[in-house]
Amino acid sequence: MHRNELPPPNRLPSRSTPRDSALYDSLILRTVSRLMMPLLLLLSIYMLLRGHNLPGGGFIGGLLAASAIILQIVAFGPKTARRILPVNYLLLAAFGVFFGAIWGLPAMVAGLPYMQAFWLPEPIPGVGKLGTPVLFDIGVYLTVIGVTTKIALLLVEEPILFPLPAMKPSPVETEDGA
Amino acid sequence: MVFHLFIPIITPMIGGALAVLFNRQRVVARAIALISVLINLGYGLWLMSVVPATGPLVAQGSGWLAPFGISLVADGMSALMVMLAALLMLTTIIYSFYSIDEQREHHFYYPLLLLLLLGVSGAFLTGDLFNLYVWFEVLLVASFGLITLGGSRDQLEGGLKYVVLNLLGSTAFLAGCGLVYGFAGTLNMAHIAERMATLANPGLQTVLAGILLFAFGSKAAIVPLFFWLPSSYHTPPVAVTAIFSGLMTKVGVYALYRTFGLLFQNELATYGPWIILLAGLTMVIGVLGAVAQMNVRRILSFHIISQIGYSVMGLGLASAAGLAAGLVFTAHVMIVKMALFFIGGAAEQIYGTGDLKKMGGLARREPLLALFWFLGILSLAGIPPLSGFIGKLILLQVGVSQQAYLITAVAAGTSILTFFSMLKIWNEVFWKKSYDDVNRLPRVPLGLLAPGAALVVLSVALGLLAGPLVDYNAIAGQQAFDRNVYITAVCGADGCEAVYRAALK
Repeated sequence: MHRNELPPPNRLPSRSTPRDSALYDSLILRTVSRLMMPLLLLLSIYMLLRGHNLPGGGFIGGLLAASAIILQIVAFGPKTARRILPVNYLLLAAFGVFFGAIWGLPAMVAGLPYMQAFWLPEPIPGVGKLGTPVLFDIGVYLTVIGVTTKIALLLVEEPILFPLPAMKPSPVETEDGA
Repeated sequence: MVFHLFIPIITPMIGGALAVLFNRQRVVARAIALISVLINLGYGLWLMSVVPATGPLVAQGSGWLAPFGISLVADGMSALMVMLAALLMLTTIIYSFYSIDEQREHHFYYPLLLLLLLGVSGAFLTGDLFNLYVWFEVLLVASFGLITLGGSRDQLEGGLKYVVLNLLGSTAFLAGCGLVYGFAGTLNMAHIAERMATLANPGLQTVLAGILLFAFGSKAAIVPLFFWLPSSYHTPPVAVTAIFSGLMTKVGVYALYRTFGLLFQNELATYGPWIILLAGLTMVIGVLGAVAQMNVRRILSFHIISQIGYSVMGLGLASAAGLAAGLVFTAHVMIVKMALFFIGGAAEQIYGTGDLKKMGGLARREPLLALFWFLGILSLAGIPPLSGFIGKLILLQVGVSQQAYLITAVAAGTSILTFFSMLKIWNEVFWKKSYDDVNRLPRVPLGLLAPGAALVVLSVALGLLAGPLVDYNAIAGQQAFDRNVYITAVCGADGCEAVYRAALK
């Protein structure tokens, strides 16, 4: 049975907020996810910047940021999530690959192997050491956000984009045929 | 240390990303794809001109020391394969300009082709076993996309078989990779080769070699593991089938050559006879499978399997000369097979079907197409002045000189069967009278004829001027079979173990 046709009784939408097709309708979830969004995004950037010599990095940071967006999808539905962050995630991912790849090139111009690191001599207060690996990590970050969110959006929007043909009501079949 | 060895990997990566970004502007996306492939082709040709004299070229990713970081190694075999991959991709892109519908182009067709090229070039160049796995995944993901792009019922059905059986092979590869790491304690191929030569416990080595034989055998579609190929290759557009036939199985063959030539050379004595047996079965079963088929691309798909038998036979002969002969044959078959797919595909395109029963009479309508097809099948069968003759002759010579008479006889016999099977297509598509009026069919556009014709001409040229190719591959075979050259190139004269010990201190 199609999900959007008959919501189960415990998920009947309340009339307080407009939403398109929230996956899980709950006041607590909506409140918390509103609060969590900036926190998760900040945490993801923190993870991104500390990543090149401590646990973290572009991949982890990207997953965290994507999870912030996915939380919005779960709480408010894909349309609202798209309105909050109006980005073409596929292009974001492609740009991330491009951005990550070009920061290996300066090394090749200098006659060194691809991706050999260049660092600024002094760490910047509050950010840490900066260099080409950080820029590469930003590319990874964008790619992971793009791909993960795109996959999540496709999964959620599948029933909207490709609605199932209407099912005919059929007599209930039981396994023992009784 | 050659810092620019990364070019064949970087170019399709950046090109692919740009092609996604500029996907809306069709001309720009096409131009990006074309330029990326041309850069790769030029670099591959340069590699081929340099590598025989200098020995393997090496680059260390990010400048990390050899057994710790990821090395890229281009020896003769890699350089040849990188060049061929770019060349075949070039013809595919040109063929795609004239045959791929706008819908597919809109859905990232060219970026997927570049992703495939990225995976293939990476697999040919890497000197790290796990990195090889990663490149296999890259090219598989691209091929999953290409084979199901369009989403017709046939494609999804074929794609499902393709995906499931390839994932099985990948899983075996990953398991083998992990076991090798557990056994040898390293993933750098040069370092593994060094340790395999010294570590005792031959039984375990045999098992590891067997797992990798299974993994790469399923990628290369040798006999008990080939089912994914004929059930999926006829479903996507012709250009996709063609590039798959040129590259996918051959990456498997390359990986087999690399693993058994470098990592498990000790095991080649054990596995040699079995590989020969598999090669013989692959040749015969592939060609017999084609008999029952009545569809152009299905017949050609079965012939891919049959030809893989010859490539694997070169490995089974377990010598530098065997590898060299196998490489000559592989290079030849990559070119000719794609040419046949292009030409057969062009015929299919103007008829709107690949069913042999419904086609016919093309020899009068399209004499040029027929001419190139005929030259192509002569080359595939191995008739003298063409490249197939050289490829098979060298294989058979090595076979006879190593007293492998049975496989040599099978290989020679299979050639005749191949020719018969190809004549079937010739008769049905080109020679017999068509039931319909041929003159009402659309003409073959030059863009569909040219890529196949160019490859056939290349095959003729390689047959007439076989000297350089054979000389080149003799060196490439030696390099692929000589562990010390490879280890010295990657880790220096003292070997990887010395570097490893020094770094640990």
